[in-house]
Amino acid sequence: METSAHDILIIGGGGAGLRAAIEIAETNPKLDVAMVSKVYPMRSHTVSAEGGAAGVAGKDDSLDEHCYDTISGSDWLGDQDAIEYFVNEVPKELLRLEHWGCPWSREPDGRIAVRPFGGMKKMRTWFAADKTGFHLLHTLFQTSLQYGTITRYDETFATRLLVEDGAIQGVVAIELRTGKIRAIQAKAVIICTGGGGRVFPFTTNANICTGDGMALAYQAGAPLKDMEMTQYHPTGLPFTGILITEAARAEGGWLLNKDGYRFLQDYDLGKPTPAPVFRSMELGPRDRVSQAIFGEFEKGRAFHGPYGDYVHLDLRHLGEHKIESRLPMVRELCLKYENIDPVREPIRIRPVLHYMMGGVHTDINAATPLKGLFAAGEAACVSINGANRLGSNSLSEILVFGARAGRSAAQYFEGAERRTNQNAILAQAADEERRLEENYLKKTGGTERITKLREEMQHAMETGCGIYRERNSLVDSANKLRELHERYRNVAVDDHTRTFNTQLTSALELGFMLDVAETIVHSALNRQESRGAHQRRDFPKRDDNKFLAHSMASRSAEGPPRIEYHPVVITRWPPGERVYGR
Amino acid sequence: MSDTIILEVERFHPERDTEPSYQSFEVPLREDWMVLDALNHIKDQLDGSLAFRWSCRMGICGSCGMTVNGVPKLTCETLLINYAPGPVRVGPLDHFPVVKDLVVELDDFLAKLQKVRPWVVRKDDKKPEREFIQTPAQLEAFHQFSLCINCTLCYAACPVYGLDPNFIGPAAIALAHRYNLDSRDQGIEDRLDIVSQHEGIWDCTVVGECTTVCPKHVDPSLAIQQYKLTATKEWFKSFLLPRGKN
Repeated sequence: METSAHDILIIGGGGAGLRAAIEIAETNPKLDVAMVSKVYPMRSHTVSAEGGAAGVAGKDDSLDEHCYDTISGSDWLGDQDAIEYFVNEVPKELLRLEHWGCPWSREPDGRIAVRPFGGMKKMRTWFAADKTGFHLLHTLFQTSLQYGTITRYDETFATRLLVEDGAIQGVVAIELRTGKIRAIQAKAVIICTGGGGRVFPFTTNANICTGDGMALAYQAGAPLKDMEMTQYHPTGLPFTGILITEAARAEGGWLLNKDGYRFLQDYDLGKPTPAPVFRSMELGPRDRVSQAIFGEFEKGRAFHGPYGDYVHLDLRHLGEHKIESRLPMVRELCLKYENIDPVREPIRIRPVLHYMMGGVHTDINAATPLKGLFAAGEAACVSINGANRLGSNSLSEILVFGARAGRSAAQYFEGAERRTNQNAILAQAADEERRLEENYLKKTGGTERITKLREEMQHAMETGCGIYRERNSLVDSANKLRELHERYRNVAVDDHTRTFNTQLTSALELGFMLDVAETIVHSALNRQESRGAHQRRDFPKRDDNKFLAHSMASRSAEGPPRIEYHPVVITRWPPGERVYGR
Repeated sequence: MSDTIILEVERFHPERDTEPSYQSFEVPLREDWMVLDALNHIKDQLDGSLAFRWSCRMGICGSCGMTVNGVPKLTCETLLINYAPGPVRVGPLDHFPVVKDLVVELDDFLAKLQKVRPWVVRKDDKKPEREFIQTPAQLEAFHQFSLCINCTLCYAACPVYGLDPNFIGPAAIALAHRYNLDSRDQGIEDRLDIVSQHEGIWDCTVVGECTTVCPKHVDPSLAIQQYKLTATKEWFKSFLLPRGKN
């Protein structure tokens, strides 16, 4: 087996991974950094983020207000020390991106422009039209190209973390172009692999969002936190699930039911006004707005279409100029994928699985309980997002905690044990190579189709663990996932060749997703309350006595995860009622 | 109208083939399907060994560029029904070495991107405390050139790159131009040296195919022509102005 060694290894080349790599290269130019990514970095899903990145900018705004919006948005499940750190760091990070060339939209006098966003009390969302994630990712990628200390392993698929004597020692990964299995050793590993929205059938997430890093950490013994907190974005296109940014509502768009009525007023989100009002109506938080749309479906006040019920997002009153200058991508997407022009017609939308608040458990320094393992971005759960993330906090999060993870890993490396039991590590890598050969590349006679297992998993997640949940549906899903785990052992991989074997990667991704799905369902089953994005029909109220706590899902030897609880950090904002529009 | 369509997909596997061949697949012809949906139908239902790249399926990640009936396209935003009644031919992008089936090698492109120094270069060491002031007009000056998604359709369309792979190519020049035009950047001289060399801008014969195929309405052809003008001016200046050494 080919082996190589670096000081620090980053898995994932999206916003968090690139930010971590740049941070290490800038502050510790002697360190040798490797980046392993299953796609070229600029293909990472950060590219699809649209609306913006939140960070206090205006004189009328304050760090405390951004904290409060984030905490109440999280339904008090976010850790307040982490949120304070985050809010304090974001403006510096966004400014850094400006200095690196990010084409932020501007005020007429040349200063950074900010826009309103859902659940935020002030204008503080920095944006680059409605392609903010795209510009942020390309700015980071291009900036990273100037550092000779970063070695990239593009299109290289990590399959296992190497752990020896309780500390991380690197990864085993497949180089897709050749099919070669490599051991890439490192004293510290940072997981920046994004979310796993593809465990659901209808999602904004790209094909690559299969929860790889979460599963890798989980399999290596690190716990996954708050996995039941899965966010539905209110406005997805009905067939494709393509995201229509929240900025469309921030710029003044309305949500209308089949009677042309702004129905959010019936869901305790305020009274309709012609211009948008902060934390009210269409600028409510995503969990509440998605639940309201679902409510209209149930009341029969929605439209019926070939892909299920939908409501309208109406931008017509904004006019062509505003749509073209502030929301060009929305128009482009509607024209291409729905064959409608939002200047003249309302957009058909339905809630769509968008984001995972949960992820690999880390502390405020981006460190996991496993020595030498760090995580940042959507793959991680610090947690600043709690039970519901506010729109435009995630691009900010990948910058703040990407950089933090880079510094923490560098610091850890300085003090890490230099001696390694090389034989033991290579034996582990050889084990993994054998597993890949025996279970996939040389296996014959498998009868379970990847596509079929994946579809059954996605169906189980949507029906049992969707926008509303209850005990019976969750138990059914949990049983189904156990069955799928068993059947997965018999998965068929017909392509036994080495070069760019995407059937192999699909099979491996399915394995990762089954683990991630199981942690979601079991965390949801155990949380007998409703909080934020987690809504239980059988427990409709928030229960701070029992569940003001993070769910921690750990792998058990065989079978479903073990669920435990971890305290939430409360500093200055005691749990209270979430108030929107009044 | 028929409810299916034939896709003729180029297949090549370096472990067993000496040259590519076409394989036909019959797929449903649905009015909201893109060419990518048809490829995924093949992969999921008919032949799991077919290799192609895709990810965002919303025209922004730049992964799924292929040749559709002879034209470079992002398959995730190319409607299948426009090719009815078919057949429709799908192949890898031209001018790149083929790794397998529809997957091409991008090493050369990545190396060229890096070569043009696509980052903000500051000659002064001052780290500003706040943002660089940049008016909407200054932003507008480079904005379209910042919209490149690195899909490489322009390289597949460029006849010069087809003849001479040393040509640095449309997207890399547009990116260099993007930073040169950015009011925050001071690296124009470095990039002129790189891009004005033999493999640089002078090879372009202004065919404009790059601009025609660009799915993001970037105008690399314009970037190249503007670059030539700037490079010429700088070249003249080097004779007219007194030089520091020698």
